[in-house]
Amino acid sequence: MNFDLSDEQKMLAEQARGLLGERSTPDRLRTLIDSGAEWDEPLWREIAGMGFLGASIAEEHGGLGMTELDLGVISEEMGRANVALPFFSSIVLAADAIQLAGSDAQKAAWLPRLASGETVATFAYAEGSGGWTGAALRATFEGGKITGLKTPVADGGIASVAVVLVNSGGKPALALVELDQAGVTRTKLDSFDQLRAHYAIRFDGASAELLDGAAAGQALERLFDRAAVQAAFEAVGGAEACLTMARDYALERQIFGRALAGYQAIKHKLADILVGVELARSNAYYGAWAAENAADELPLAASAARLSAIGAFENAARENIQVHGGIGYTFEANCHFFYRRERTLAISLGGREAWANRLIANIPGTQAEAA
Amino acid sequence: MDFNDTPEEATFRAEARSWLAANAPDFIIKAGETLSDAEEVARGRAWQARLAEGGYAGILLPKSLGGRGGTIMEATVFGEEEGEYHLPKGPYIGIGLGMALPVIHKHGTPEQIEKFAAGTLKGEITWCQLFSEPAAGSDLAGIRTKAVKDGDEWVVNGQKVWSSWAHHADWGILIVRTDPTVPKHKGLSFFVVDMKTPGIDVRPIRQISGLSDFNETFFTDARIPDANRIGAVGEGWACAMTVLMGERLNQGGEGKHGGIGALIAYAADTPRDGGTALDSSAVRVSLAAAYAEERAERYFQARLRTMVSRGENPGALASVVKLAYTNRYQKTSGLAMELRGLAGLAPPEGDTETQRIQYDYIWSTALRVAGGADEVLRNQISERILGMPGEIRTDKNVPFDQL
Ligand SMILES: Cc1cc2nc3c(=O)[nH]c(=O)nc-3n(C[C@H](O)[C@H](O)[C@H](O)COP(=O)(O)OP(=O)(O)OC[C@H]3O[C@@H](n4cnc5c(N)ncnc54)[C@H](O)[C@@H]3O)c2cc1C
Repeated sequence: MNFDLSDEQKMLAEQARGLLGERSTPDRLRTLIDSGAEWDEPLWREIAGMGFLGASIAEEHGGLGMTELDLGVISEEMGRANVALPFFSSIVLAADAIQLAGSDAQKAAWLPRLASGETVATFAYAEGSGGWTGAALRATFEGGKITGLKTPVADGGIASVAVVLVNSGGKPALALVELDQAGVTRTKLDSFDQLRAHYAIRFDGASAELLDGAAAGQALERLFDRAAVQAAFEAVGGAEACLTMARDYALERQIFGRALAGYQAIKHKLADILVGVELARSNAYYGAWAAENAADELPLAASAARLSAIGAFENAARENIQVHGGIGYTFEANCHFFYRRERTLAISLGGREAWANRLIANIPGTQAEAA
Repeated sequence: MDFNDTPEEATFRAEARSWLAANAPDFIIKAGETLSDAEEVARGRAWQARLAEGGYAGILLPKSLGGRGGTIMEATVFGEEEGEYHLPKGPYIGIGLGMALPVIHKHGTPEQIEKFAAGTLKGEITWCQLFSEPAAGSDLAGIRTKAVKDGDEWVVNGQKVWSSWAHHADWGILIVRTDPTVPKHKGLSFFVVDMKTPGIDVRPIRQISGLSDFNETFFTDARIPDANRIGAVGEGWACAMTVLMGERLNQGGEGKHGGIGALIAYAADTPRDGGTALDSSAVRVSLAAAYAEERAERYFQARLRTMVSRGENPGALASVVKLAYTNRYQKTSGLAMELRGLAGLAPPEGDTETQRIQYDYIWSTALRVAGGADEVLRNQISERILGMPGEIRTDKNVPFDQL
């Protein structure tokens, strides 16, 4: 038993933290928002050069062939810096979908381009407020064409290809669609998270192909579970950033003749955030470990990682603004980036209830039948 | 990172498992079996003696003390395997192994180690902890029980309280004030005391659970030989810290008995509207969050163990699990009491599961206070991990008798 990152992983974290912290500064994020940019394209090119995009993509397809835990280390730093990058859409979701469900030819065609960053992909699953599982899934794939509306789709404007969750012959399946074609209409939406543009994408008989590798049948659940683990890492990074920000502000801010950080109401609030962050991190570690080493435990481990991390980030993002007082409500302060990103993470991939159901259905023993 | 056993750990686990399978069944407390305190302690002693025979008593304690001199991972593996059985392992055993022996080992003389180590490991000597007083709990350095030197002996007067299982203890670890003219932390000394010493009066206290596990312990001119002083005169605080550090590291995470899995099964076993309570989304969301947290505590502890196995000191991080665990325990047992409607208040005869949940809801209050209360732990976390300012202290440098 050894439940810690390896020295290499610690170095990777440091490297990612250093670079992202330097480039993706709060001022940079403000500039991106003010200019209406949908991503930090130069930073994307830079992290591609460092190999971060290909971290978990197989070596034969241009990646580094690292583990889910290595990817998690990077995701955590993405969360800490609140980057404006389509990492989650293009790498954690779309590339992983192709890896899990694609045929050899599909992998060979797309993964190298995603690993190098030259192509950005997204993953289109939601269909408005109606849910996307079971009978609710409306977008259909038939005879090499997709029809239906996917909305909202994160990073839908900058992606040139999408993996789309479709109904194919009454079953959910994943289809690959190039977005720059006549049958695709993209409409930009107002996005709560100002650093992550969302689109409605309408498909009117757009040409597409199913991801039809040997493992396609089991891919969908694994994809969501693995993405949930990565989202948990991102949330842990964001939550810890909020904790540090709140602590630093409280140490500096003088109130009634002494530092705000000396008041027990503030100390105890931050202690509770720390507890939440450390517990969430522990479940995220286990989730990444299970993704590699104990596939049958992944559904439970991923659900647990998901629920803990969202809870921790929610509390941290809210209380961070609270500790800052009025300044926390300004665009000039940095709390709002996290307050908004937290909701993105909490709502993407299905909400609390869906993951609670998944967790309970996967507890070994009799609960599964009861659920 | 590897959550699996190393080959050595796997070998050790297999050994421990087969040894337990051969030895534990005779000692388990069976479902529905009720033991008197005296019976429980007797069985606890017997199990400890068996562990000692098998070489599994005091896995972390050095060989020089008669322990196994094992690693933290071995202790963990053995604890996990032992946790598969419901065995009598209360404070009557835990205080000796987790508090008395470490403090004697670190601060005591070779003669003292010789005198207490083997007997404690074999369950022949049971211990109680005589720290808290009516006016000093979290603020332990504020104790008033005093000891005055008289020849080769110390004469002790005062009152201790909340002394768990002192009514069945052979010996106690005791902290007293030996010098009231210096600031509070400096005037303390540490002793081991034979509980049969004349002048010691142990009186059980009726708890909110209805049981009486803890006691008031009165000292009236009780005489303790100087040979039973642990550490130098005035070194009591350092000794107490050794005890409390050990206490914190060993806390949290109940074994297999109870836990959120059991509550989820309980919800699934609770009829409601033609289905079960587990069909309710609100119930599922709450229990799933608690289950996730329970797992997180387990993995967080695994992270701490990895630190310890490398010789790092987790310090205040050890408080994280205790704080999380006790609060979750109270919240979820409270929720569970609501699942069966009024039957949660007055279950039908034979519904032992609901009775257990009621007891958990009561006991959780004690856990939030004992061994570092919530607020004290939050102070430690914020000060020692986050680097926030300490509390305002007006008493720290003032001689105790001038406070
Ligand atoms: C079941 C049980 C078994 C026990 N067994 C033993 C035993 O065997 N031996 C023994 O010596 N003791 C034992 N104790 C005592 C235990 O160690 C004390 O109860 C504990 O240290 C708290 O002290 P107190 O009860 O005096 O509460 P207090 O210290 O008076 O605390 C009261 C409240 O004030 C809060 N508080 C304290 N300090 C601060 C602060 N600085 N800032 C904000 N809030 C603060 C606490 O968190 C708590 O909520 C036991 C207690 C229980 C409940």
